[in-house]
Amino acid sequence: MKVGVLALQGAVSEHVEVLNKTMKKIKINGNAVYVRNAKDLDDISGLVIPGGESTTINRLMLTTGMHEKIIELAKKGLPILGTCAGTILLAKEGDEQVKQTNTKLLGLMDMKVLRNAYGRQVDSFETDVNIPEIGSKPFRAFFIRAPTIEKVWDDTKIWVKYQDNIIGVKKGNILALTFHPELSDDLRIHEYFLRTIQRNYRIR
Amino acid sequence: MKITKKIVEEKGTDRLKRGFAKMCKSGVIMDVVNGEQAKIAEDAGAVSVMALEAVPADIRAKGGVARMADPQKVKEILKTVTIPVMAKCRIGHFVEAQVLEALGVDMVDESEVLTPVDEENHIDKKKFTVPFVCGARNLGEALRRINEGAAMIRTKGEPGTGNVVEAVRHMKLMNREIAELKKMSESRLKEKAKEYRVPLELIKETRDLGRLPVVNFAAGGISTPSDAALMMQLGADGIFVGSGIFKSKNPKAYAKAIVEATMHYDNPKIVAKVSEGLGEPMEGIDTSKMDEKQKMQIRGTN
Repeated sequence: MKVGVLALQGAVSEHVEVLNKTMKKIKINGNAVYVRNAKDLDDISGLVIPGGESTTINRLMLTTGMHEKIIELAKKGLPILGTCAGTILLAKEGDEQVKQTNTKLLGLMDMKVLRNAYGRQVDSFETDVNIPEIGSKPFRAFFIRAPTIEKVWDDTKIWVKYQDNIIGVKKGNILALTFHPELSDDLRIHEYFLRTIQRNYRIR
Repeated sequence: MKITKKIVEEKGTDRLKRGFAKMCKSGVIMDVVNGEQAKIAEDAGAVSVMALEAVPADIRAKGGVARMADPQKVKEILKTVTIPVMAKCRIGHFVEAQVLEALGVDMVDESEVLTPVDEENHIDKKKFTVPFVCGARNLGEALRRINEGAAMIRTKGEPGTGNVVEAVRHMKLMNREIAELKKMSESRLKEKAKEYRVPLELIKETRDLGRLPVVNFAAGGISTPSDAALMMQLGADGIFVGSGIFKSKNPKAYAKAIVEATMHYDNPKIVAKVSEGLGEPMEGIDTSKMDEKQKMQIRGTN
């Protein structure tokens, strides 16, 4: 199994390390690779779109021709995990900040995102969240200048909430989170994603 | 009886501070002095902007005491862009840092570009919720700053010169000193901890990681796309550009080109393409002919 991490900008190596660690732990034969140009997308069985600055990643996605290709692959069922900025880019609708910066969203998930919804870096926080899909033990979640998901519709479903905010959604093989599981020592979310890839493998 | 655990949210933890710095990786942070420049930086794909009163080249030319930017300027920049905003405070000036935190900046740069106010101590950065970045010329300086709570390190280079030679020197030296830790015995490591004035655990952590425990950017003298790619190939996690953009003849083009060269640092064809027809870069200074006292990098080394 070859899992790609979109390596344009942001917390890329963190995802690569956690994916490799998780594969080793749950005995999946495979490795994580850095996706730096459109060609690298050809032979991967899953893709992580990491956190970073959504405006920067968006511009580089367009100049490298990856924007269109990711949409194409997602429509064919490629499992994708988006975190923070990655989640913003997966959305169909953005807020004023998205419009003001001319960010071209991938539009793969039926949701509206709000950038920097909790405030600035001094408002960034970590806390325990409950995610029934990965077990009863709380997951330590890191919210860094995090977005929230204002609403979802059609086939996009709420995967996890924290207080009144939607912080994770799922649509088919795509999982989008507003926090950073790659900064936690807990491997369960990456394990969940790798299982999605495994299942997708078997179906095809 | 049902026991409900109270939900506790923590702010300003090491992981949140260092995590913020990680989100800037492979990106370019650009010095700006007003909202208009900040907007140009954001449009070009900067991951963050650094708010200051004047770019380092102008600070150098003007002389005198250089201080934190006017809060009104900082607010203008905060209001204009959606990307994170950093701002510089003087070395040791913890009140300037408090003011910047109160204004809502996302990271404070305790910077040698401004005139230091404390000759003995840097700011105790652990007391703050906002994360800090600090400059360093070598491993000892870098580890002392990390030990004080810095969430990000950058080379000092020689700011405002348009000459990348000092940044190269600092990056190579730090890499060499980290590599040397691997070969050291326990007693040698203890000596190093004493020499660097940091806990032994921090030295060992650095040795085991084979890199600094926080992200390490390049700064000081970077003024062309090739300069940025050079620093990335030498192992920088990202790039700060001070005067290089807004002191060039064509800031918009330079900003965009440096962003692309930073991402495609190992693809010379792309670096060549984005460098084409950019027009004149900022004027440079030969740092080897500079009077030692004029150098900003010698500030705040203890």
